[in-house]
Amino acid sequence: MNASTPNRVAAVAAERLTKVYGSGNTEVVAMNDVSLQVQRGEVVALLGPSGAGKSTLLTALGLVNPPTRGRIAIGGQPVLDGDQPLTDLRAFRRQHLGFVFQKANLIPFLTAVENVQVALEINEVTPRQARRRALELLDYLGVAERAGNLPEALSGGQQQRVAVARALANDPSLILADEPTAALDSHRGRQVMELFCRVAHERGAAVIVVTHDHRALDVFDRTFEMEDGRLRPGHSA
Amino acid sequence: MNLALRDIRHNRARFALTTLGIGLLLMIVMGMGGIYRGLIAEATLLVDRIGADLWLVQASTRGPFAEISRVAGNLEDRARAVPGVASARRFVSHTVQREHRGRPLRIVVQGLSWPEDRGDWLPLIAGRPLRQAHYEMVADRSLGLALGEQVRLGKDVYRVVGLTQGMVGSGGDGLGFFSVADAQAIQFDEPPEATRLERAARFDRVVANDLGRVQPLLADRSAGTSANIPAFGQPLVSAVMVTVKPGANPAAVADTFRRWPDVTVYSTAAQKDLLLSGMVDKARRQLGLFRVLLVIISTIIMALIIYTLTLDKLHDLAMLKLMGARNRVLAGLILQQSLLIGALGYALAWWLGQYAFPRFPRLVVIQTPDLIALAGIVLGISVLASLLGIWKAMRVEPNKVLAT
Ligand SMILES: Nc1ncnc2c1ncn2[C@@H]1O[C@H](COP(=O)(O)OP(=O)(O)OP(=O)(O)O)[C@@H](O)[C@H]1O
Ligand SMILES: [Mg+2]
Repeated sequence: MNASTPNRVAAVAAERLTKVYGSGNTEVVAMNDVSLQVQRGEVVALLGPSGAGKSTLLTALGLVNPPTRGRIAIGGQPVLDGDQPLTDLRAFRRQHLGFVFQKANLIPFLTAVENVQVALEINEVTPRQARRRALELLDYLGVAERAGNLPEALSGGQQQRVAVARALANDPSLILADEPTAALDSHRGRQVMELFCRVAHERGAAVIVVTHDHRALDVFDRTFEMEDGRLRPGHSA
Repeated sequence: MNLALRDIRHNRARFALTTLGIGLLLMIVMGMGGIYRGLIAEATLLVDRIGADLWLVQASTRGPFAEISRVAGNLEDRARAVPGVASARRFVSHTVQREHRGRPLRIVVQGLSWPEDRGDWLPLIAGRPLRQAHYEMVADRSLGLALGEQVRLGKDVYRVVGLTQGMVGSGGDGLGFFSVADAQAIQFDEPPEATRLERAARFDRVVANDLGRVQPLLADRSAGTSANIPAFGQPLVSAVMVTVKPGANPAAVADTFRRWPDVTVYSTAAQKDLLLSGMVDKARRQLGLFRVLLVIISTIIMALIIYTLTLDKLHDLAMLKLMGARNRVLAGLILQQSLLIGALGYALAWWLGQYAFPRFPRLVVIQTPDLIALAGIVLGISVLASLLGIWKAMRVEPNKVLAT
């Protein structure tokens, strides 16, 4: 995976993103002039101390926390110019993005398979097709036998794998994961990371993972480090 | 996949309790409407059932229901002589409260104009109409009397020979039908001492003037029973009811009575108007207002319930938003739950009402148009109640997922 191949359209391209929270005395520059390109099939780690702005960058790329300045294009399509949306962001999210967080955030009243199914159904997939695809995904992630269970009956790792299945449901071109392994033991954590790599390589998605776990860094194609809102390439890449 | 139903399935107990609460509330709204209708029905029931075309009452009164009216008993005979009149009956009605089997017994004592009227028009559910001029009564079931039971009223004992259902006065007390003479005996029952005193006073009055002095026999007669004194009229009655011959014009007959200076004449419709605009008007308005308040309160309670249910799901709604769910998915979830709670609550209210309302001490009338109207209102309440929740759901930021 070569990020600088010129004839390929980047899965995500962020240009000079700046995010300022608050104003006056309480002003915080959480993200300062950040530019970033990630290709399809590429898995990228985002490292950095607490408060560095990692989540801010990730949610900006995820189109739920628009930057104060800067531009974002996803799959070659400009989507944000500063905090001005250039397209229907919600529709864009459901068609092109997948999210995974530290907590699985599964919907408690839906079973594992329904949690995946709902992501497909809100994207106009017919219920029957959605169910079939959801079961396939759970199978792919090794939790097919728990498909009919409510989240409360699943272990943390199983929940997280269902959440990953949900993120993958609509074949997103960009998957954003914010500390997805923080709640898992290192073995399970590594499994999830390897899963991202598999998804990226097999399905051609770009994956950006915020992580504190330095032991699993070898699975990534590239790493970036953030500090005080600034982004620079990591040394261990 | 229906999210609303999935959520309900997961929180069954909570939804069941909520629906039960709403159902009870709606039952009260429904019952209040039924009590309102019942009040009107009971107020006009007797006027409707008794089947008179015209009512002759004391001049310039609004009697005999809305106020006291007194007319001479022989007004009946005068009315019969008017062309176009098919029948005229005395109307005697008053409420008594006596003890019977150690419990208070409130009866609206209703006189039937024996022998013309033996109560053949009464909706009997058991027994028979009156067959003799005295000591028989037809009682409404609400009085709690059994067929054949003996009731002491005044000096005499009356046997229940027939039972009616749903025959109550405007106050909700059961009707008891007697011959007019018996009804008056109950009404004018006085202790022997009072009678003796009255006779003594009468005697004194007669001997104190020249008539008594020159005719000692007259003084003697005055000390006897009043029925034997031809100069004394029959006891007064409340009103006289007139039915018009088929083919005769009631308005023309009424015009004749209108020229009599000692009576005022009302049609049955006018009599009902008097009742509704006068006697039960305030109670009716009170219930109407209370019903409006209940609807408003139901809306507020339901809005709060839906709002809390939404608050509990806020994190999930934020997650759905983050995943890109459309607003109509979120609004649909809330609206469907609201409608479902409303619909189930309504059904429950109706079902509970079937059991509860007939056990109410006063008549509760549930009419189909009222049920349809209430269904419409519940639909409105459900939609209105969901608005607050929907508004909250629209405002939640997808970022909220990250906050927890
Ligand atoms: N909604 C907000 N309002 C104001 N300041 C915020 C807000 N969100 C984040 N910040 C600030 O922005 C800075 C970057 O926060 P961010 O959450 O991006 O850090 P992070 O790198 O994800 O940290 P961590 O590793 O602890 O998750 C922090 O100083 C934080 O206090
Ligand atoms: Mg963070």
